[in-house]
Amino acid sequence: MHPAPSVIVFTALSGLGFGLLAFLGVNVPDVTGMTAFIFFFIAYALAVGGLVASTFHLGNPQRALKAFTQWRSSWLSREGVFAVLSLCVMGIYAACLIFLDLRLPVVGIIGSILSLISVYCTSMIYGQLKTVPRWNQPLTPVLFLAYALTGGALLSGQVYLAAGLMVLLMILQYAHWTIGDGRLAAAGGTIEAATGLGHLGKVRLLESPHSGTNYLLREMAHEVGRKHAFKLRVIALLCLGVLPCLLLLLTAPGHLSALVAVLLHLVGVFAARWLFFAEAEHVQALYYDRHRAA
Amino acid sequence: MTILPQSTHKKLGLAIDLDICVGCHACVINCKEWNTSNYGAPLSDQDAYGAEPVGTFLNRIHTFEVKAADKPAQTVHFPKSCLHCDDAPCVTVCPTGASYKRVDDGIVLVNESDCIGCGLCAWACPYGARELDAAEGVMKKCTLCVDRIYNENLPEIDREPACVRTCPANARHFGDFADPDSNVSRMSAERGAVPLFPEQGTKPVNRYLPPRPKADIQTDGDIDILAPFLDTSGNGKTASGTSSTSAKGLLGWLDKALEAI
Repeated sequence: MHPAPSVIVFTALSGLGFGLLAFLGVNVPDVTGMTAFIFFFIAYALAVGGLVASTFHLGNPQRALKAFTQWRSSWLSREGVFAVLSLCVMGIYAACLIFLDLRLPVVGIIGSILSLISVYCTSMIYGQLKTVPRWNQPLTPVLFLAYALTGGALLSGQVYLAAGLMVLLMILQYAHWTIGDGRLAAAGGTIEAATGLGHLGKVRLLESPHSGTNYLLREMAHEVGRKHAFKLRVIALLCLGVLPCLLLLLTAPGHLSALVAVLLHLVGVFAARWLFFAEAEHVQALYYDRHRAA
Repeated sequence: MTILPQSTHKKLGLAIDLDICVGCHACVINCKEWNTSNYGAPLSDQDAYGAEPVGTFLNRIHTFEVKAADKPAQTVHFPKSCLHCDDAPCVTVCPTGASYKRVDDGIVLVNESDCIGCGLCAWACPYGARELDAAEGVMKKCTLCVDRIYNENLPEIDREPACVRTCPANARHFGDFADPDSNVSRMSAERGAVPLFPEQGTKPVNRYLPPRPKADIQTDGDIDILAPFLDTSGNGKTASGTSSTSAKGLLGWLDKALEAI
């Protein structure tokens, strides 16, 4: 799949933002007043910034409000509904905490749960697609939630929890890659199956339907070299887990080391999310004789 | 509404005969011609007369080579457009309700004034049947020529999809798959037509009639009946005595001289 920057930024940043909101809703860290304002500001900037970025890839963003109507069937619509719901509920909680020094634990817990449901909905936009076997696995929502919680723990300054979650995240990410590598074959993703001509013999594309490119190829036939993918996977694991863990556990706690750890983690998240899209094989590209197993 | 109907009264669709299609792309052209000037936004092209033209099409023809180990290769031209699936994943993923399947005839359509152009329906389609129009930012797909098949302003003979009407080989057929006695249902039963890519669970309405088995050709010895008339001496001369590869005389000298520079 085409790794569009708007979608990478959207899923990565809004995941972090909702992850932080989930922690703030259960009173982690225990802050009020100006400090609380800064924490909530960061969370809202990430969550809302991500959501705004997601509208950049729309063909007709002026009609985006219509996307709230089909929550009964569409994960994308549910994502929008739950994102707005959690931002509203957490807004009430944050306002009381910041301006009235008033803690509403029930509202906070509901906001936390809604924030995590938003992340789950985001993950299911991808996880539901049978056409992209690499995404269509149970680990996809688990992985997205792990990213959100790890980022949330890191941003809310929970050093040991963040370190533990980063180790778990690395294991989950590695498992998602490994299982993902076999998913296309497991889903019967061959040109023979796609064309239904397998009973006649081996199939190959003799002539493409068009001499140039098209929407289908640009959007859904991205291929990333194996060598590059391997290097990027190593970089992603180093940045999202290994380096920030070492930094947090081996240096004295402080704003600077926390900032560097967050930035490293963010680089790792972006690298992993780029791979999430770039490595994903869409079955319609089989009709163009792409994704042939090496 | 993007909830799929439980069932549809009719199942209008196409039976496409892979044995007959000659890959002329006439259906592609007539589809584009009709649909760029009728239902919804035009099917735009970008850089149409330039070096890298791209454009929106609702119907495309792939050409495959199929080769069994012990048989000569076989060419299969493969038209591909929306299959108007019963379990259309493109409909249920739509966040705005722009994509829908009609209860009356099962046609899958896009209400373009509701489409935000997010592209998720194209991602959900295993067949590559939906293309986002680069000029309008809305999703385009086969409408089964919904503006032809019920159009009483057209002569009755023209009330079928443009691709079917134009096919010079009669490889495309239009009809109601819910009716077991319809032309397309009978044809599909006779030829053992299968739904495309059933692994994807979309329950497509359209059917592909598989290529008929080919008579086996003996491949031992010459299968080319013109072979005895072709020059096999390797000196570059054909039977008529004219040189085909190297020039003689003045031109030959010029050729050599230029080579030497």
